[in-house]
Amino acid sequence: MTKALKIVVLAKQVPDTRNVGKDAMTPEGTVNRAALPAIFNPEDLNALEQALRLKEQHPGSTVGVLTMGPPRAGEIIRQGLFRGADTGWLLTDRLFAGADTLATSYALATAIKKIGDVDIVIGGRQAIDGDTAQVGPQVAQKLGLNQVTYAEEILKIENNIATIRRHIDGGVETVEVPLPCVITVNGSAAPCRPCNAKLVMKYKYASCPLERQPEDPRADLYASRDYLNLNQWSVADVDGDPNQCGLSGSPTKVKTVQNIVFQAKESKTLTASDADVEGLIKELLEEKIIG
Amino acid sequence: MNNVFVYIETECTQVAEVSQELLTKGRKLADQLGVELHAVVAGTGIKGKVEDQILPYGVDKLFAFDGEGLFPYTSAPHTDILVNLFKEEQPQICLMGATVIGRDLGPRVSSSLTSGLTADCTQLEIGDFDDVKTKKHYDNLLYQIRPAFGGNIVATIVNPDHRPQMATVRSGVMQKAIYEGKAKNEVVYPEVSKYVSPEAYVVKVLDHHVEAAKHNLKGSPIVVAGGYGMGSKEGFDMLFELAKVLHGEVGASRAAVDAGFCDTDRQIGQTGVTVHPKVYIACGISGQIQHIAGMQDSKIIISVNSDPDAPINKIADYVIVGTVEEVVPKLIKYYKQNSK
Repeated sequence: MTKALKIVVLAKQVPDTRNVGKDAMTPEGTVNRAALPAIFNPEDLNALEQALRLKEQHPGSTVGVLTMGPPRAGEIIRQGLFRGADTGWLLTDRLFAGADTLATSYALATAIKKIGDVDIVIGGRQAIDGDTAQVGPQVAQKLGLNQVTYAEEILKIENNIATIRRHIDGGVETVEVPLPCVITVNGSAAPCRPCNAKLVMKYKYASCPLERQPEDPRADLYASRDYLNLNQWSVADVDGDPNQCGLSGSPTKVKTVQNIVFQAKESKTLTASDADVEGLIKELLEEKIIG
Repeated sequence: MNNVFVYIETECTQVAEVSQELLTKGRKLADQLGVELHAVVAGTGIKGKVEDQILPYGVDKLFAFDGEGLFPYTSAPHTDILVNLFKEEQPQICLMGATVIGRDLGPRVSSSLTSGLTADCTQLEIGDFDDVKTKKHYDNLLYQIRPAFGGNIVATIVNPDHRPQMATVRSGVMQKAIYEGKAKNEVVYPEVSKYVSPEAYVVKVLDHHVEAAKHNLKGSPIVVAGGYGMGSKEGFDMLFELAKVLHGEVGASRAAVDAGFCDTDRQIGQTGVTVHPKVYIACGISGQIQHIAGMQDSKIIISVNSDPDAPINKIADYVIVGTVEEVVPKLIKYYKQNSK
C-alpha cells in the first residue's frame, strides 16, 4: 500500500569553504557570505535525491525545497526545481540574520508548521560552512517529531512506517520510524541526479519577488505563468516570534575570532637523493625515533 | 546544582573512549570552578558493568539509567533522560562526544532546554566575558573553542545566559587520564520510567551492526599519511607498504578521502581523527589548516612534497623535497637496509 507523501527538503546555500579568502569573516565574527562563491550544500543534495526517489515510488507525492537566506538563496529553490522538486519556499528577512543553529531551527520549524501536514522533513546531515549537524535534530525537537540522523538510504515506506538504513560509528543500523519524521542524510548516500534540461527550460526564470528588479523586463511572464513565482516568506508571514529569530534568538555568542597561526619549526630541508633519504633513515634509527 | 556533567556513551557495556577523555577534561573544569563532576549513562544491562570504566576518571556522582530499550541508542529515550535529569540537577556545563550519537542527542537536548550547543570543540577553557551590547559582565563562562569555516579560523563561542553550556568534542582531541585526586564516586540508579515516557520508545532498531575498528590509527606511534598529491588509490598502496615496514598506520587528508583515495575512517584533521604519534610522515599533503589541527602535536613531522613551499613544511622537522613516487620507495628501501 503506498500513499502520497508530502515531503519538505531542507536545503542551505553555503559559501564554498573549500575556497576561502581572507575577507571571509566580518568583524562581528559572522560569515561574510557575499565574499564567497555560493553553492548548494552538498549533503542537502543527497537529501533531495532521497526525496525525489520517494516521489517516484509513491505516486502523487510532492517535494518542496525550504531554504533560509538572503534573496539570492532563491537559487537553491531553482536548483531543486531543475532536478524535479515541485515547489519551494524562501525564508528571508533581516530578522533572521545572524542566527545560530537554535534560532535557525526555530525559523525552519515555524515555516514547516505553516506549510502544514508534512509527512517527511529531510535535509543533509550538516552544512559545510558550520559542520555542526544540529539543525535537523533541533527542527525535529521543535516539531515534536522523531528523527533519524546519518541516513544512507530510505529502504521503504509502508503503513506509514519508514525503514531506513543509517550510518553509525563503526557500522550500520536499520531502523523503523513512524511518519511524520525528520531525516538527515549522510554524504555517503546516493549522489543527486543532475538537472533535467526540460525543467531548466521551464524554471530558469523562476524567482522570488526580492530577486527581481523594480521594473523587471519579465513582469509579463511572471503575471502569466504563476509557477515562476517562488514563495517568499518573512518572519511575519510564518507567524514567527522575532525574539526567537536571528541574533536575538541565539543563545551562543561569538566571543572572538582568530586566524590560526601555527608555531613554525626550524625545518631541515633534504633532497630526494639516495644519500639524503638514507641519511635521514639512519638518523631516525640512531636516535631510536623509529624502531 | 551547577555541576559539570558528562554524557557517557556505550556500545553494549563498553564505555566509549571519547567519554573517558571528556571525563578527564570535565574533572579539570569542575576543579577550576569548584564544583562536582557528574556523569550520566543510559543502557540495557549496564548495572555492575560500566561503573569501573567511569568512576576512576574523577566522577563525584554517576547517574546510571538501566532499562529495556535504552540500547541500542535511539534519540527520544536518551533525550528524555537528559532533559528531565537536567531540569532537576541544573548543571552549568554538559559535555558529550562529537560522535554519531552525541551529534544526534546534543542538539535535541539543547533545543528542548533552549540552551546553546557548540559542536566539535578543540579546546574548552573557563574565562570571563563582557557583552559589548548589553554591557553585562559574566564570570567563569565555558569558552567553547572550535575551528570554523572549513578550519580557516578559530572561534571562541560562549553561552552567556542559557544553561547548561553544551559542547561536543571529537574522539582523540582530549586525552584521558585516571584521576589522582579524591572524588566522591557515588552511584545512583534512578527509575527509568520516571524520566522516559512510554511513547519515547517508538523508533525500533531492526539491525545494529558494529565492527571492531580495522586499525588503531588514533593510538599508533607512527603515522604515514597521504594527501591529494598521492594521485590515486593505487598511490596509497605504497603508503600501506611503508606503514607496514615501520609498524605504523596509514592516515589521509580530507582532500585524499574526498577524492576516493582512502577510506573515511582514516581521515586525519578537524573533521576526522586527531593523532599524537611519535613520527608523522606526510606524503603529498599540502597542509590545510583543518588537517594540521589533527596532527600538529606529533613529535617529529616529516613532509615529503614536491612543492618546497607547501604550508605543512613550516611545521615539519624534516622536509624532503621530491615526488612521493621517488621518495617513498627509497624510505622503504633504506629502512629495510638499515634496521637490524
